[in-house]
Amino acid sequence: MPSPRYWREVPSRFRLEAVRCRRCGKPSFPARTICPACRGTEFEQIGLTREGTVITSTVLHVAPDEFAMETPYAVAIVETPEGARLMAQLVDCEPSEVKPGLPVALEFRLIRQEGHGGILCYGHKAVPAGA
Amino acid sequence: MAGIVGYGAYIPRKRIKAEEIARQWGRDAASIEKGLLLREKSVPGLDEDTITISVAAGRAALDRAGIDPQRVGALYIGSESHPYAVKPSGTIVVEALGVGPRVHVADFEFACKAGTEAMFVALGLVESGRVEYAMGIGADTSQGAPNDALEFSASAGGAAYLFGREALLADVLETYSYTTDTPDFWRREGEFYPRHGGRFTGEPAYFKHVLAASRGILEKTGLKPKDFRYAVFHMPNGKFPLNAGKTLGFTPQQMETGWLVPTMGNTYSGSSPTGLAAVLDVAAPDDLILITSFGSGAASDSFVLRATALLPERRGRARTVRSMLDHPTRYLTYGQYASYREKIILND
Repeated sequence: MPSPRYWREVPSRFRLEAVRCRRCGKPSFPARTICPACRGTEFEQIGLTREGTVITSTVLHVAPDEFAMETPYAVAIVETPEGARLMAQLVDCEPSEVKPGLPVALEFRLIRQEGHGGILCYGHKAVPAGA
Repeated sequence: MAGIVGYGAYIPRKRIKAEEIARQWGRDAASIEKGLLLREKSVPGLDEDTITISVAAGRAALDRAGIDPQRVGALYIGSESHPYAVKPSGTIVVEALGVGPRVHVADFEFACKAGTEAMFVALGLVESGRVEYAMGIGADTSQGAPNDALEFSASAGGAAYLFGREALLADVLETYSYTTDTPDFWRREGEFYPRHGGRFTGEPAYFKHVLAASRGILEKTGLKPKDFRYAVFHMPNGKFPLNAGKTLGFTPQQMETGWLVPTMGNTYSGSSPTGLAAVLDVAAPDDLILITSFGSGAASDSFVLRATALLPERRGRARTVRSMLDHPTRYLTYGQYASYREKIILND
């Protein structure tokens, strides 16, 4: 990902900033300018709670090169208490433990590196709650 | 009076046992464990570094303080493993914590003392009235060269302290620093691993500075070792802090709560700050606490703190050090450890 795009996404990647549609109440993460549910265009900014529940997940055994040393690992759709959904890698657990309904905490982690000399990209990953 | 209004710590969940490292190199595990008093150490994941540890500890400190992050006027991170050679760790941490952009930020380095260095400066800015709140963080993902004595101790973790003037969890009664030029441990630019002076890191370095700073602050405050409920000394291994404390007149009971190194390892800039966090997790109102750090090069910072009545009420807002230290999720083989510490070189 080019550095400027990563930089523009800092509020959502670093602080889990999202928006809630003022017309229908649907939360969107990351923030949108048009609500995908009602096409409303007025939003309030909200901060997502750093916890959630696994909705669905999969296990990667053949990963992109930069994640090759981490296989096998789970990736899940996590829903926060605000109703927003995000995709996150599950870490500090066995992939087989990751099931729908698993409560998780969202922790700030290094997501990827732009090669050996590029910038470091941070964001949130999920860890089983209480781990 | 200024003091701590919030604190937090973070210790990665992976561990490697000293026995496993000794087995890899054909060394006698029992003598290592007996000689250094080290049983296991924390290991950071590929996605954990000084920045992520600082964010986790900083969030816990803000949770305990319960203040608007926008009121934090300064944030300093002490580490010898900042992920970038040129680009601050602090800018990423303040963005993640929701602090700033009206904030003064700097990365500090002073071997293992950089954490208390950050705390010292943060405290000073609050005491002077220059800022309302300031955070000092000590965090490291330290490296030891393969088959070096440091490989048994160099670990990962850290702690964050938010200083303010109201709703204190602990008063800072006094500080004291003692610094000389002592080449006991260093890493030149571009070198993978630090080098050290073997036994030279003991008497002329660690003990000289830890004892001088601790004696200095005792003299400055007029306090005696028996006046303290807890004492924390920098923990490069298990033996050094116990020996330093004993020399000063402290008992094992005063040191055991903050003596985390047998199962945490040496978290360098995060070492004594994490020990202090473990003490604050259990301290009662009016308990007196001594903390003395040590950083090679060399210097020690000492702080005398007194727990307040608010501390027990606030500590439950974030995880305790013991809850993190006593529940590792995975024990690594040496091969896995080498992979996680990026000791295995791969093609791009």
